[in-house]
Amino acid sequence: MASGPSTYTPSNGLMRWLDARLPIVRFANDNLLTFPTPKNLNYSYTFGAILLYCLVIQIVTGIVLAMHFVPNAALAFNSVEYIMRDVNYGWLLRYIHMNGASFFFIAVYVHILRGLYYGSYKDPREVLWILGVIIFLLMMATGFLGYTLPWSQMSLWGANVITNLLGALLGTDFTQWLWGGFSVDNPTLQRFFSLHYLLPFVILGVSVLHIWALHHVGNSNPTGIDPKGPQDTVPLMPYYTAKYFFVITVFTIFFAFVVFYAPNLFGHVDHYVEGNPLKTPAHIAPEWYLGAFYAMLRAMDFNFLFIDSKLLGVLTMLGAIGILFIVPWLDTSKVRSANYRPVYWWCFWIFVADYAMLSWAGLQPAGVILLQTGVGADGAPTGFSITHLSQIGTAYYFAFFIIIMPLLGLFETPRALPESIAQAVLGKKRGGGAAAPAGAAAAPESRV
Amino acid sequence: MFSAAAAGVGVAVTAWPFIDQMNPSAATQALSTTEVDLTPITPGQQITVMWQGKPTWVRRRTPEEVAQIRAIPNSELKDPQPDQERVQKAEWLVVIGICTHLGCIPNRDNSGEQGGYLCACHGSVYDGSGRIMRGPAPLNLAVPPYAFLSDTLVRIG
Ligand code: HEM
Ligand code: FES
Repeated sequence: MASGPSTYTPSNGLMRWLDARLPIVRFANDNLLTFPTPKNLNYSYTFGAILLYCLVIQIVTGIVLAMHFVPNAALAFNSVEYIMRDVNYGWLLRYIHMNGASFFFIAVYVHILRGLYYGSYKDPREVLWILGVIIFLLMMATGFLGYTLPWSQMSLWGANVITNLLGALLGTDFTQWLWGGFSVDNPTLQRFFSLHYLLPFVILGVSVLHIWALHHVGNSNPTGIDPKGPQDTVPLMPYYTAKYFFVITVFTIFFAFVVFYAPNLFGHVDHYVEGNPLKTPAHIAPEWYLGAFYAMLRAMDFNFLFIDSKLLGVLTMLGAIGILFIVPWLDTSKVRSANYRPVYWWCFWIFVADYAMLSWAGLQPAGVILLQTGVGADGAPTGFSITHLSQIGTAYYFAFFIIIMPLLGLFETPRALPESIAQAVLGKKRGGGAAAPAGAAAAPESRV
Repeated sequence: MFSAAAAGVGVAVTAWPFIDQMNPSAATQALSTTEVDLTPITPGQQITVMWQGKPTWVRRRTPEEVAQIRAIPNSELKDPQPDQERVQKAEWLVVIGICTHLGCIPNRDNSGEQGGYLCACHGSVYDGSGRIMRGPAPLNLAVPPYAFLSDTLVRIG
């Protein structure tokens, strides 16, 4: 699967024998050792390795937690407390698993934004990108399912809100099928546990395809131009493996800090109250990493044509994820990297800020007024609310993909691209910058 | 053609048990009715019973409350339905206490002009008949199927 011809030569008779029957050593050699990687990959390109590291952490801690956890509505909450108090190192394992989910999402967000910045989804990496979006979706499902397992107030009511959302789209027969009853109850918890156990292994499988696709077409890089030969690349081992070890160490320091000193940093107090189907907590908040999607859901408080507000919210939320699948075809610019796209550069960073703002807004109670302009008939303050802010955020989110991406390719004048990766790297070293304008025309890209 | 169709039927028939096992089981279905004794409920009081795992309210409304509720014109309602169609006896309101927006449980809100309910999640307001007055919820609170077995006994479901 590695791009380029294999460089492996078996060192002795036994290896030759094995190579002729199962070329597993050749496979490892070509993909893990000699795989050619562009010389100029920066730290944003190490997050794929971090993601793999996170997945392994979640699977290992998850499997040991499952040895003590009881997936039963009457017992689940207590079994998590039992893990926290009585199981040897149970507190550590649960805090690693719980915060591991958050760090997993921090890493995946950096990884996805890296892709959007450097145009990593463009020809020939469309399938690679789509596999990534599938992993992202599976991660969200896994995170949500895991969050329901402790059967706390947040678990129970989060499960209620999300399954009802799907019900808005697919009807009550569907929700009853999903619940295995007439409300979120024990059958729901048991199936959620089963699926929470399953999905990480599906993620693992899709990750294999994702890396297969990557190793078939090769890495993109910060210049966005293809390596032209061996002078532009270095072997994965030891150059990038060394970088991975360093960056994973740094990542682990931050991770360990949260696990040991602020384990509930990303949490919510109602997650430590046992679920009660008769009492809704005053404020239901999703986990931070789903906040942006939740904000978009709630932003739709109006009817549109024949679509009522509830369905519109669901469609908006699903659309926000779905649109990622077609990004490779929405972006019409032939220049990959934002480094050479002055207008896209701004639009991209505004998009990052917009997403951060939506993530924050999704965790706030819906009605909160940010800028009071008056008082309503019932004496409550009126004005610019979280909902309005979310509406603006949602509008930009979609505009970025549907309007900005297609149009910029037509109207933006990209900067001159360097001749080659080697030239870009060495040019910088000389302090001069790669001045020689290469193929890129100093005019809007001509579209054929 | 034929073999493809046969294979399709075979796959569907095999898949069905795997899909249907997720539907409510016989044991869950068996618990699907609830009987409520009305004698302890005093006028103005409301009790919550569990029906199919859903909090269901049985409220004994006073004549003043009923008059107030029935005075609300249909034109003011998002999901218009007269109170008469929502209850079997004016005195007794039986509704499922689950917000039709995203499933939170509204609270009794006596301060409101309708003596109704407020859902704290996203601010939906219902009247004393469980009809949606304001907020993001699209529909009135659902009325479960129920029957008066006698003057003091109701079977829900
Ligand atoms: C993609 C990887 C995974 C993610 C993102 C993830 C996420 C989560 C989250 C967010 C929780 C809730 C933690 C809490 O609030 O207490 C959780 C709980 C749990 N997970 Fe996972 N998980 C993953 C993989 C696994 C795997 C492979 C297993 C293996 C069985 C597993 C077993 C459990 C168990 C038993 C719990 C309940 C105990 C607890 O709450 O700590 N997880 N998971
Ligand atoms: S769930 Fe009641 S207002 Fe949203």
